[in-house]
Amino acid sequence: MAKVLVFIDNPGDSLKKSSLELLTLGRSLGETAVALNGKLHDDVAATFGEYGVGAVLLPSAEDLDDFLVAPKAAYVAAAAEQLGATIVLLDNSPEGKEIAARAGIRLNAGVITDVVAVDADGTAHKSVLAGSYNTACKASTAVSVLTVKANNVVPEPAAAPTPLETVTVEVPAASTAAAARITAREQKVASGRPDLTDARIVVAGGRGLDGDFGPVEELADALGAAVGASRAATDAGWISHDAQVGQTGKTVSPQLYISAGISGAIQQKAGMQTAKVIVAVNKDAESPVFEIADFGIVGDLFNVLPQATAEIKKRKG
Amino acid sequence: MKIIVLVKHVPDAQFDRHLNGEGYTTDRDESILSELDEYALEAALQLAEARGGAKAGNQVIALSMGPSGAVNAIKKALQIGATEGVHLTDDALAGSDAAATSLALAAAIRTLGSDGPVDLVITGMASTDGETSLVPAQLAERLNLPQVTFASSLEVDGGRLTARRDADTSSETVEAPLPAVVSVTDQINEPRYPNFKGIIAAKRKSITTLSLADIGVDPTQAGHTGSWTRVLSAEERPPRTAGTIITDEGDAGIKLVDFLAAQKLL
Repeated sequence: MAKVLVFIDNPGDSLKKSSLELLTLGRSLGETAVALNGKLHDDVAATFGEYGVGAVLLPSAEDLDDFLVAPKAAYVAAAAEQLGATIVLLDNSPEGKEIAARAGIRLNAGVITDVVAVDADGTAHKSVLAGSYNTACKASTAVSVLTVKANNVVPEPAAAPTPLETVTVEVPAASTAAAARITAREQKVASGRPDLTDARIVVAGGRGLDGDFGPVEELADALGAAVGASRAATDAGWISHDAQVGQTGKTVSPQLYISAGISGAIQQKAGMQTAKVIVAVNKDAESPVFEIADFGIVGDLFNVLPQATAEIKKRKG
Repeated sequence: MKIIVLVKHVPDAQFDRHLNGEGYTTDRDESILSELDEYALEAALQLAEARGGAKAGNQVIALSMGPSGAVNAIKKALQIGATEGVHLTDDALAGSDAAATSLALAAAIRTLGSDGPVDLVITGMASTDGETSLVPAQLAERLNLPQVTFASSLEVDGGRLTARRDADTSSETVEAPLPAVVSVTDQINEPRYPNFKGIIAAKRKSITTLSLADIGVDPTQAGHTGSWTRVLSAEERPPRTAGTIITDEGDAGIKLVDFLAAQKLL
């Protein structure tokens, strides 16, 4: 049976949904172990057991968070070697991909990012060129390193919980020597809304909002959605750059994407055209977004969005 | 300073893009300098100019790996202001994945450092075709240099650099000694356009061509054979088609909610 290593970075006292997805995927591919960075909280250890994790590997060094990527990658590679893992799974965050990138070089292992599904033989599926192609890829090396996008696996505990063993992994000391040091970290204020890349519903606004994100935020909150934006809106400074959906921002594949006041040029389309259902509201009937919308409304978003928000609140009681 | 900027010649996203042939590589007709690389070039030019520019011996070398057409990305970089161009090209490089690409680029960068040490390697945050962001991190690993990626600000003082890195939940200040590999986001600056003077000046700038033999890389370590991943199949997704389009007659908000309810999305 294949040995699968899942890297989880600083879970705190509970595991994120995307981590549970990785554990579920890992179990479908073989015997899973976790390489953890940070403290192993009792509740997290219990969840590992429920998800069939046999071993938790912990780094010998406690200062991995003080450096950018390199020592974490060295740790993940050392853990994979110690375990004899042939599949390494990480989340698809920018840092997850970079840890995968460097661990891949250390392990002589092929790295595949943006994975949405993995077959039993290790073949990974992903979409490329802004969602215009679906591809199947496989590492030709003994070990494969895969970063997996959120929301593609349904988290499911194992049939029977497993007893958990903890093992220490020696982090190569040289890995911090040539690493950039993080000298300050500033937490951003949490919005209370779902994370844009993981959200089931996204309501996004663009140039047509003319600086006022109110109608988009109110509709998003009525739907329990994340708020997104076009590059025009983030470049204008109407909303944080974190909210940008598109080629140079985030790629999202929610169940529902509501686009308001966004023309839908290629730069925006690249970030959202794999959404299951697209709804568009725009004053201009010629907007390209209407070519890809399942339901389009030619109209003033300042009338349409508040009316929809009120109607949703009414129906939800 | 001696700065190497990695530039890539990528298919223009304004047109339909296609995967073709053995290994399903991208069709490179209608290609341009990757937009995200313009931010890397601008960052390099600003650092060089702050130190007196080319007159004071500062070098901004645009390095591109790719088939013959990639020279166009280098020419564009020279028009914008790079001081010289280097084109790493070899038939054996075709089909390289990130691992093979980073191996060849690392060797090219070592070769370029043979007549004077390289201070910085600057790249964009991703290519606009492959979009994996793997190469900068893999280059840092192969060159054993500090990696400072996704920088939204960059300052160099003496032999050290300071950068800001914005993640979703936090912003980090990062410091590293030079030399280092840096990737920059599209938030770091406003890239300049080539002006007439720059276009004329570019004609006099040199472009050096390097083959795998020149950088000491065996052809089996490059291209399809040197890659650690394979694309087994690629299927074009059917294009999305337009659904129902209505014009607001005062009740479109209600109709929107009716649509969501019918799709079980409420």
